[in-house]
Amino acid sequence: MDAQVYLPILLHGAQITVALAICALLISTFVGLILALMRYSGNPILSTISKSFINVVRGIPVLVQLFYIYFVLPEFGIDLTAFQAGALGLGIAYSCYMAENFRAGLEAVDHGQLEAAQSIGMGWGLMMRRVILPQAVRTVLPPYGNTMIMLLKDTSQASVITVAEMTFQGKMLAASTFENMSIYTLVAALYLCMSVPLIVLAGWLERKFGAK
Amino acid sequence: MIEIRDLHKRFGALEVLKGIDTTVEEGEVVCLIGASGSGKSTLLRCVNGLETYEAGKIVFAGTTVDARSPDIRALRTHVTMVFQRFNLFPHRTALENVTEGPIYVKGEPRNEARERGLALLERMGLAEKAQAYPPQLSGGQQQRVAIARALAMRPKAILFDEPTSALDPELVGEVLGAMRSLADEGMTMLVVTHEMAFARDVADRVLFMHDGRILEEGLPSDILSNPKEARTRDFLSRIL
Repeated sequence: MDAQVYLPILLHGAQITVALAICALLISTFVGLILALMRYSGNPILSTISKSFINVVRGIPVLVQLFYIYFVLPEFGIDLTAFQAGALGLGIAYSCYMAENFRAGLEAVDHGQLEAAQSIGMGWGLMMRRVILPQAVRTVLPPYGNTMIMLLKDTSQASVITVAEMTFQGKMLAASTFENMSIYTLVAALYLCMSVPLIVLAGWLERKFGAK
Repeated sequence: MIEIRDLHKRFGALEVLKGIDTTVEEGEVVCLIGASGSGKSTLLRCVNGLETYEAGKIVFAGTTVDARSPDIRALRTHVTMVFQRFNLFPHRTALENVTEGPIYVKGEPRNEARERGLALLERMGLAEKAQAYPPQLSGGQQQRVAIARALAMRPKAILFDEPTSALDPELVGEVLGAMRSLADEGMTMLVVTHEMAFARDVADRVLFMHDGRILEEGLPSDILSNPKEARTRDFLSRIL
């Protein structure tokens, strides 16, 4: 009977979890790709900037990054809502993992492909778009699927900066009703419902592209 | 058409080209022979701007070849390259491999590039393989697609880097046949090869390279049958 009361609230949280995960995924994919291309460009300055950024962000816990964006940036005049800060923080934190995935994919493309593209007069951008990235995708997709699952679960960390996602809603409900068992079981089950399709997708990507 | 003057190239402490001087005239077929590590491929890659060089000069049809210059891209459309391992784009069909350069680099209309691509594949005996992906083709077929890809740029010269070395022996003939027909039509070709019969029959001139230098050059009949240098004789005795 309790589930009927809690479920709508938790489902509303689940919607925010999904929205947060999608926003963070888009940010991390975009920033990660830029970081990987900077590393791959062969330009020592761009490569060093990318490497340093990745090392700094990877060396700081996600929670601390979220606190920093939500509580410290306003002092510099950058005021973000909890959701915006959560999406940005998770997006940046995960951009490093994405960058490493993308870099592995780019480096797996045979060097001869680069030379063949250059030998018919392709510039760097065209070569990336038409020759290198389409081939790198094959290598990148399986780890990309796994990173997506990690990111979905890590959206729960955004609860610490009051993003009203599912874990936050669960925590609030549990604190006011003390129905810990039913609430957290529901929360866990809902996370599973969201993760399982991604796990299946990641497995499929692994089988389709991973072994080749 | 290709002028190479006192060319020096090093990889770190290792000097691989130690002063190369030669000229390739328009319509000429020049074969580069020599042992592995003698600098043949590096020389070819310098001509296409895939490698930089420290000293000397390469001039192609009046333009200095400089791998670091922004002009290098335009230059590469005039002097294309065929690689030992074909380097076809595996995610594109044979026809797309051929039309990629004309459409995306030269901005040719799609239909025109496609028609010309099909004609080039037909000329290479591969009309029925236009929609096949490289992994579905034999090595010889892949190399012929690579030659069609190079031709599609309407180059003034083509550089061949050991085009038959990665092929099974029974597939070598079809690639050499395609190259022979290009030579007959007057294409300027600089060919790194171990196929001495091809050099003898098709080349206008043979250069023997040893230790980063051109040790001997001349007509194929002279170099291959009556080499003056002991090292050339030694090399030929080992591979013939």
